[in-house]
Amino acid sequence: MTEPHVRVRDLRKSYGAFTALDGISFDIERGETFALLGPNGAGKSTTIEILEGYRDRTGGEATVLGVDPQHGGLAWKSRIGIVLQSSGESGNVSVQEQLAYFAKIYPQHRDVDEVIAAVGLTDKAKTRIKQLSGGQRRRVDVALGIIGKPEMLFLDEPTTGFDPEARREFWELIRGLKRDGTTILLTTHYLDEAAQLSDRAGVIAGGKLIDIGRIDEIGGQEARVPLVRWRDPSGLHEERTTEPAAVVARLFASEKGEPRDLEVVRPSLEDIYLDLVGQYEKDNA
Amino acid sequence: MNAISLGIDRARYETKIYFRQGDTIFFTFLFPIVMLSIFSVAFSAAGNFGTDAHGHGGISAAAFYVPGMIAAGILLSGVQNLAVDIANERGDGTLKRLSGTPLPVLSYFIGKIGQVLVTSILQIALLLLVAHFAFGVALPTSGQKWGTFVWVYLLGITTSAVIGIALSRVPRTGRSATAVIIPIVLVLQFISGVYLQFSQLPVWLQNVASVFPLKWMAQGMRYVFLPDGFKTVEQGGVWNLGLIAIVLGIWLVAGLIAARFTFRWIRKDA
Repeated sequence: MTEPHVRVRDLRKSYGAFTALDGISFDIERGETFALLGPNGAGKSTTIEILEGYRDRTGGEATVLGVDPQHGGLAWKSRIGIVLQSSGESGNVSVQEQLAYFAKIYPQHRDVDEVIAAVGLTDKAKTRIKQLSGGQRRRVDVALGIIGKPEMLFLDEPTTGFDPEARREFWELIRGLKRDGTTILLTTHYLDEAAQLSDRAGVIAGGKLIDIGRIDEIGGQEARVPLVRWRDPSGLHEERTTEPAAVVARLFASEKGEPRDLEVVRPSLEDIYLDLVGQYEKDNA
Repeated sequence: MNAISLGIDRARYETKIYFRQGDTIFFTFLFPIVMLSIFSVAFSAAGNFGTDAHGHGGISAAAFYVPGMIAAGILLSGVQNLAVDIANERGDGTLKRLSGTPLPVLSYFIGKIGQVLVTSILQIALLLLVAHFAFGVALPTSGQKWGTFVWVYLLGITTSAVIGIALSRVPRTGRSATAVIIPIVLVLQFISGVYLQFSQLPVWLQNVASVFPLKWMAQGMRYVFLPDGFKTVEQGGVWNLGLIAIVLGIWLVAGLIAARFTFRWIRKDA
């Protein structure tokens, strides 16, 4: 077993009296894609920024590629790629010029034109960045994050502002990086994105990791029990059951025919996530 | 070595961006040339500066203002340009992005100083061309004067650049950068003999100005570009090149120390 690319133990961060991270622990294995999910202000960005070296932790341990990010030198920085949550640079350079310049900073880099093509900006290559739309600028951010052939890529809400088609293209790009063996840490508000891309996910709420596991394990068995919904004269009914077919058959027999608005629903990651966070907030109210 | 070649790449990139920003081109690059033109035209009817008792001799307004405008150009290209530019880059996320890459801080500094050198040499060349060809200002002919020009210029521009880097920490946000930096630079220009004749300022104000580098850059440039007889109105009646070198040297070292110890890519935990 090789050492995990990210190792976090009892990570803590406070700002004065406010505790942003209250002891979280997880590993990300080499080549794995890991998603951090959680409501705004839960501590996702604090976690990712500590791992990127932008913030100093108050307690606990963290290593990225075997190095403490608080003391990550230039050699370490050349092995990681960072896509920040926002950027507002004046953008008086073209997409091509910007990537060609950043490529020079890294000891190894990808081909500039290939990266521009991978983020779908080939026909905007000669356009100044300030003239691009928000979604296009975001793609430049992603391109800058991967130009240096990172072994470890951080993506902080990378697809905010993308249209659905751009989001799907972006997913393809990330799958390609994953096939090349890049380890990825992703934060996102889009649960379908986490389900599409990541091998495992952690859910953060109130600075604590409230669940962690493979995407098909999050929330536990209980949370995945299907739901049968139907309508009768007294209103809408729901029944959680591990045997939905039997419930439907019983309804069919007792209702003497087709039940109205019948649905069998398997909770999506989004339903499970909302349950988890809702439960956490209720317990800590 | 790698940090130096990355610095040269950065200087090339920065210089390209510099000339794409309309506001810096006007307020930093063309400003001294515009001011020289205004003063030359405004005072052209007032007769020559430094005439003898009978109103003969002396030099034109344009010739009189050239040294001050060169000194102002050095200050603007170094201090104003860099302090505002770096504060903006801190505000808009450029520095945060760079701090996540393997770009050494030294290369970033080399890039900024390289951009300042290239743009300010072009600025002064343009200023001298305008002064000579549009306003008929005679330029020095002796190699010794040009030698002095070179060292005062290089010492002045390097000092201004490091002071600019150090001052970039002062504005709290990128937006407030121009509001914080421009008044400092403007006041210095008024008290250091750029717009107003230094010898006519009250002595106490001359003494205040003598603490800051601009007064000395302007004095060095007056030595280069004005007739030798003008030294009688300098402090103590001498050009005092030695003191120019000493004061600028002290500011250079102080600026380097301040830049080295205060520069951070980002304010952690801001």
